[in-house]
Amino acid sequence: MALPETLVAEFDRMVQKYPERRSALIPAIHRCQEELGGWVSPETMEDLAAYFGLEPVDVYGVVTFYPMFRTKPPGKHVVSVCHNISCDLRGAEGILAKVCEVTGAKVGGTSADGKFTVERVECQGACANAPMFDLDGVYHEDLDDAKVAKILGGLQ
Amino acid sequence: MSPHPTYLLDRARLADSHTLKVARENGAYAAFEKILNDKPDPKEVTEVVKTSGLRGRGGAGFPTGLKWSFMPDASKDSRPRYMAVNADESEPGTCKDRVLLREDPHGLLEGCLIAGYAMGLDAVYIYVRGEYRLPYRRMQDAIDEARAAGLIGKNILGKGFDLEIHMHQGAGAYICGEETGLMESLEGKRGHPRPKPPFPAGFGLWGKPTTVNNVESIFNVPFIMTHGAAWFRGFGTEKSPGNFLCGISGHVAKPGVYEVPLGITAREILEQYAGGVWKGRKLKGWFPGGSSTGIVPADLIDTPMDHDSIKGIGSMFGTGAMIMLDETACVVRASEVLARFYDHESCGQCSQCREGTQWLNQIFHRIENGQGTMADVDLLESLSRGMTPGKTICALSDAAAIPTLAVIKHFRDEIVEHIHKGCCPLKGGSGRAPAADRTEVHA
Repeated sequence: MALPETLVAEFDRMVQKYPERRSALIPAIHRCQEELGGWVSPETMEDLAAYFGLEPVDVYGVVTFYPMFRTKPPGKHVVSVCHNISCDLRGAEGILAKVCEVTGAKVGGTSADGKFTVERVECQGACANAPMFDLDGVYHEDLDDAKVAKILGGLQ
Repeated sequence: MSPHPTYLLDRARLADSHTLKVARENGAYAAFEKILNDKPDPKEVTEVVKTSGLRGRGGAGFPTGLKWSFMPDASKDSRPRYMAVNADESEPGTCKDRVLLREDPHGLLEGCLIAGYAMGLDAVYIYVRGEYRLPYRRMQDAIDEARAAGLIGKNILGKGFDLEIHMHQGAGAYICGEETGLMESLEGKRGHPRPKPPFPAGFGLWGKPTTVNNVESIFNVPFIMTHGAAWFRGFGTEKSPGNFLCGISGHVAKPGVYEVPLGITAREILEQYAGGVWKGRKLKGWFPGGSSTGIVPADLIDTPMDHDSIKGIGSMFGTGAMIMLDETACVVRASEVLARFYDHESCGQCSQCREGTQWLNQIFHRIENGQGTMADVDLLESLSRGMTPGKTICALSDAAAIPTLAVIKHFRDEIVEHIHKGCCPLKGGSGRAPAADRTEVHA
């Protein structure tokens, strides 16, 4: 496996922002995850290591440190429900239950049809609009059960 | 409308405030252009920020101008110099910088340019938490627009001043909001905080002189340069001047991010801005400035929101993010939620923090679920005293231990009631069987 040329071209521009190439590693992992199936496979880690002149274990160490990076493929849509204090005070557990009901996925898992992955996440910085979840990189705030059903129910 | 004069969010309220056109028509870059034309001694710019008394808005409240003055003298130290803007906003309850990044990115860029002039910087990196995708895009678009207009890069506005400003995306780790963890992360590594000394001003990003400032701190700078330090001191208190962005969340009628002067009472924010406690209920307790600042009981609601006053009631001003709990809320449940957070976010370098946060999480969990014993209260206390103060490389350990000591101090009876009754006695508590998915989440 090798990284797609378009990504390599992007990385070549990215590394120029920094005095040391390695600084572009985390943004580069983001781009790989976005373009290559929503996760970072062992092959991708090896490719990234080769690109940055690192050992694969260095890349693995970074990927596993940061909560946003996945080492398993997710479903087609990822619902990340905040369960921290401000959301908890305004019913995050109920929202999480509703999300599981609508999607058919268990917390931390993927629905049988592969459509949804549901996860708990720590504070997303949307505390004044709690409760909230992130759906495929977009925040949905001030949630209630009806909103959850409407947002997730219509997804393909 | 606000009964107090505002300046931070005035531009952000306009339509298309994030575009260069609207920002410039409403004052953005004027202070920076004046500096480029007048070419004052850079030390004078730092001096104005110092005189203004601006204190960092990221949590510690350290004087911004003083921090700038720690950068080595450029005539004696020829190494490249950097600033990292800390936009890794992830202290629970805190949601203020997001508003500035999203609605007034040019205001932040102007602050960066002025800081760049004052400290003789080569480049500025704006480290935005990975989840803030829209704020990141707004900032990147603003940089592109400003660069095209000759406001960023080489020979800015033809005045012989150079500065690069770059966006950098984090990936969801709270610890990267700690300034040395942030620098490690910006270097493409795990966000493990560094022991201090050496301090960032001497050995920062890539081992070069670096200053790390919060978004809102830098955002204040253009206003200070435009109107002067004395004007700035007309807002707030003597020791904590200026307005601040108060994110108020939890059990209030109108949660939001409100611009208020430092020194305003917590009650005025709660009642006049946030519409009071929701559902006509009474207040039980509140966190003054994010989850790391110890909870205080309702009867301290008349305390002024400034660094010294909040310290005076045994808590901290922190990020100024008030989290409000009504009379039905369970403080053990709240403590469990926060202990779970610190357990999840500990980077694992220091054993007090790595083990301590895990223990706190487990103990609060069993008390909330009716399996606690009286020995657990003492254990929480002795554990916390082993975690703070200054026992670890960074303050995450303190951030977990201090709220624990605060909840024991102010709400011991409620903890004991959980233990005696063998369950959570409050309807706003978990009222649940132990969460079956916990092991899955922490695996």
